[in-house]
Amino acid sequence: MLKIENLHAEVDGKAILKGLSLTINPGEIHAIMGPNGAGKSTLSYTLAGRPGYDVTEGKVTFDGQDLLDLEPHERAAAGLFLGFQYPVEIPGVSNVQFLREALNAQRKKRGEDALSGGDFLKRAKVQADALGFSMDMLKRPVNVGFSGGEKKRNEMVQMGIIDPKLAILDETDSGLDIDALRVVSDGINRIMRTPDKAVLLITHYQRLLDYVKPDFVHVLAGGRIVRTGGAELAHELEREGYGTIAA
Amino acid sequence: MSDVRNAEAQAAADRASTYEWGFTSDIEQDFAPKGLSEDTVRFISAKKNEPEWMLEWRLKAYRHWLTMTPPDWAKLNVPPIDYQDAYYYAEPRKKDGPASLDEVDPEILRVYEKLGIPIEEQKVLAGVEGARKVAVDAVFDSVSVATTFRAELERAGVIFRSISEAIREYPDLVKRWLGKVVPMRDNYFATLNCAVFSDGTFVYIPEGVRCPMELSTYFRINAENTGQFERTLIVADKGSHVSYLEGCTAPMRDENQLHAAVVELVALDDAEIKYSTVQNWYPGDAEGRGGIYNFVTKRALCQGKNSKVSWTQVETGSAITWKYPSCVLAGENSVGEFYSVAVTNNRQQADTGTKMIHLGKNTKSTIVSKGISAGRSDNTYRGLVRVAPTAEGARNFTQCDSLLLGSTCGAHTVPYIEVRNPSAQIEHEATTSKISDDQLFYAMSRGLDQEASVALIVNGFAKEVLQQLPMEFAVEAQKLLGISLEGSVG
Repeated sequence: MLKIENLHAEVDGKAILKGLSLTINPGEIHAIMGPNGAGKSTLSYTLAGRPGYDVTEGKVTFDGQDLLDLEPHERAAAGLFLGFQYPVEIPGVSNVQFLREALNAQRKKRGEDALSGGDFLKRAKVQADALGFSMDMLKRPVNVGFSGGEKKRNEMVQMGIIDPKLAILDETDSGLDIDALRVVSDGINRIMRTPDKAVLLITHYQRLLDYVKPDFVHVLAGGRIVRTGGAELAHELEREGYGTIAA
Repeated sequence: MSDVRNAEAQAAADRASTYEWGFTSDIEQDFAPKGLSEDTVRFISAKKNEPEWMLEWRLKAYRHWLTMTPPDWAKLNVPPIDYQDAYYYAEPRKKDGPASLDEVDPEILRVYEKLGIPIEEQKVLAGVEGARKVAVDAVFDSVSVATTFRAELERAGVIFRSISEAIREYPDLVKRWLGKVVPMRDNYFATLNCAVFSDGTFVYIPEGVRCPMELSTYFRINAENTGQFERTLIVADKGSHVSYLEGCTAPMRDENQLHAAVVELVALDDAEIKYSTVQNWYPGDAEGRGGIYNFVTKRALCQGKNSKVSWTQVETGSAITWKYPSCVLAGENSVGEFYSVAVTNNRQQADTGTKMIHLGKNTKSTIVSKGISAGRSDNTYRGLVRVAPTAEGARNFTQCDSLLLGSTCGAHTVPYIEVRNPSAQIEHEATTSKISDDQLFYAMSRGLDQEASVALIVNGFAKEVLQQLPMEFAVEAQKLLGISLEGSVG
């Protein structure tokens, strides 16, 4: 589904990713762990196409097409979703309006019919209910006045409504208490744990991986993947730290 | 989209009916020579068959205007205006208008397309030769709709006329109120308007009547003839209610660079006037060449107790905007509101705001101003809140927010607060922010392209104002905000 080959990327002229390669197949959940400054967020922004994250070398294909050739909104329409580490507030724009416009823009790009207001609300309500998110919150301006946990839950509601093929979740677990972590994890499993979808989890902590079981765990250090293993690798990291592995 | 189309079709139908009703005759045969003099003023008055008192009033204004100088306190860079190099009555039709839509600036056509304006209407707006007749024919069947509206207004006792007609048919009403809210000597541009106003609208809502529909200048006025020095007078008698819409979201071709309109509103006891404007005159090209200069004086007198006037404006056009819709709150418990979105892009300059003059007891005013600047434009909010010693218990709430796109534009907030009664409560909040890269990327990562993302964020910013507009106007205004800012990011 996603094939990253020898990816080099820089921010403000500073090289951050230095030859990263990774292949994600449908049905797989990959976790990327690594010390601060290893390039985890740079990887997620680069894949989503954020301006200022410049690819200097390498190749990324998504379902066979050249991902790096697409604008951010085209990547979204192609089925890529980025769950933000710090979800952004948009005053005066309700969640419902935001997501309906975004979803219909994606559908239009894919040549599908727009969802009517009624159909959209039904779809939104299913996702909101599953994530313990009230319709009232859905009608409030995007992330304005939301707590850290509510913002992260909102990301999962958005992911449920948009229903992407590949979700890149950038520290979706940070700032969550244990109950919220469970709700969010259940959301990830419910929405994305299917044979035709895939997830790239970026996290600092093992605890998320207790709920969302990864098929592969990668250690990112110095802009490259330095080690790959199964779920057990996360435990090892938790015990021993990145020091020896990333060195 | 179909709402827009209906509205445009309706507008065309209404323009068509102006012919039938013969408000503006002979405009193509007869015009005053270029330049401004007492003779020009006499010519205009004579053409309109005005009574002697009206001519005297105009002449008095003209003579006073000669002694005045243009205001220079606004944060605007206004090139010198040659008042002798303009037509003041029915400028002769230019023969060099585009012969077909193929000759019209493709930029403008693209905007028409985005607004969903039918082809025949586009031709009229763009000033294509002979287009008016075509547009009239195209919507001939709906002319009867406009007539039905007119009959309904008459049944309710509402007077809705061109101001020229009203001067002849309702001289007492006009004489009583004309120049009472904006005095003849108020300011340079208002005084000029008094001398040479070409036409405009008169509305009178009788006591206790709730006007059965939103009134729009489209219903009757031949916009081509009244755009430059428009004069509007609306009187809402005791306990009446009216909502008035002015303007057009489509950029309209206009040969007159200087616009100096005067709008006067009067609300008697328990009356309410809601006045909504969408202004989208040609802003000039990317360098600001050729845009409209818009110097407007709009003021409301809340004369009666419990009266209320609400101004809502969406200002996206013109090269220069100088405009301060104001309320004089004389009646006890009267209420004034001002909701404004002003967008400037490229080289546009806007200095706009309001004045709330509290005279009566327990008067209340609310000001919500949203300025959006992009390109190399300058956008100033200038607002006065004055509480007179008589205004016991007066209250004002002001909120001024500025949004910047890019780093070469300017946003300025100039509040004046004068309080002469210790019981007054005045609140002022102001913010300035930029559209952040974070917001843009967040919206784009969810599937919106850059244009749609900017439009979404800007509309969110302006929401408190847009929701004051009548529904069908609001939808158009939302689209317009997005279009006005295209290409201003990235």
